Amino acid sequence: MTTAIVNVSLKAGVLDSQGKAVHHALDSLNFKSVNDVRIGKQIILKLETDDKTKAMVEVEKMCEEILANTVIEDYEIELV
Amino acid sequence: MKVVILQFPGTNCEYDTQHAFEKLGATTEIIWHKSESIPSDTNLLVVAGGFSYGDYLRSGAIARFSPVMKAVIEYANNGGKVLGICNGFQVLTEAGLLPGALKRNNNLHFISKYHHLSVVNNDNDFLKELACGDVVNIPIAHHDGNYFINDDGLKEIEANKQVLLRYTDENGKVKNPNGSVESIAGVCNKDKNVFGLMPHPERAMESLLGSDDGVAMLQGFFK
Repeated sequence: MTTAIVNVSLKAGVLDSQGKAVHHALDSLNFKSVNDVRIGKQIILKLETDDKTKAMVEVEKMCEEILANTVIEDYEIELV
Repeated sequence: MKVVILQFPGTNCEYDTQHAFEKLGATTEIIWHKSESIPSDTNLLVVAGGFSYGDYLRSGAIARFSPVMKAVIEYANNGGKVLGICNGFQVLTEAGLLPGALKRNNNLHFISKYHHLSVVNNDNDFLKELACGDVVNIPIAHHDGNYFINDDGLKEIEANKQVLLRYTDENGKVKNPNGSVESIAGVCNKDKNVFGLMPHPERAMESLLGSDDGVAMLQGFFK
C-alpha cells in the first residue's frame, strides 16, 4: 500500500485572502516574525499499489483532473 | 422556447429559475444530474445556482463530473446555448466550458445583496436586449464569486468581447464587491453560446420584490 499526500494551494501571484487574514491575526497577536502566510489543503490518499512510479503517475492524473484547479492552484505530491 | 434546468444534489435555485423562464413564456423541464442525455427539443440549458455537492473540494468541482455533464459538454460543443448562474457559473468554469475560475471572495464574507452591474458587451444572444453601458440592479449571493483569470487570458477574453458584465455602482462606475479581476461579474466562451455570471437575474423578475431588471437579461434568449 502507498499513501499519497497531496498539498494543494493557490499559485504564487494569485491573492490568498485567507492567508492574508491569518497573517493579520498573527500580527495582532504580536508574532512579528512572519513575512507571508499561504493557506492550502491536504488530501491524503491510500492507494492499493506498492509501485511508487505507478502511484505517482496516477495521483498526478487525479490532481490534473479534479483534486486541483490548475487555473488558480498548484499541487505537490508526496508518497510515503 | 424550451428551457431545461439542471438539478444536482444541493442545487437550490432551480424553481426560481423555472418560475422566471415560465413567466417569460417558456416551457421548462428540470432534469436530475443522473440523466445521461438532454431533451432533444432543448433551446436553452440552464445550470442553476445553489451549492452542488455542498461546495466540497471546490465550488462546482464535483458536479462537473456528474453523469449529465458529459451530455452538457457535448450539447455546448455542438453550439447549444448554456447559461450558468452562480454555482452554475462555477460548474461551467470547472468543466472548462468557460475561461477562468471563481475564488473565495476577497473579504472572506458570504455576500448577499443587490448590486449594480454594467453591460460590457451585448453582441451575444444573452444581452442583446440591453445596450452597452446599461446598468442593471441584480442580487448577488455568493462566497466564491471572486473571478480570476491570468493576464494573457484576460487580454484574450477582452479582445474577443467575452466579458459580459462588470460590478459597478448605480452610475456605472466600477465598484468591486468581491475582488474579481477587472470587476468581472460574467463571461461567455469564444463561440458565444456558453454564458456564466455570479449575479441572479432569475431573482430580479418583479419590481414589487426589489427589481425586475432580470427580465431584460433573460429575454435575450427568446429573440
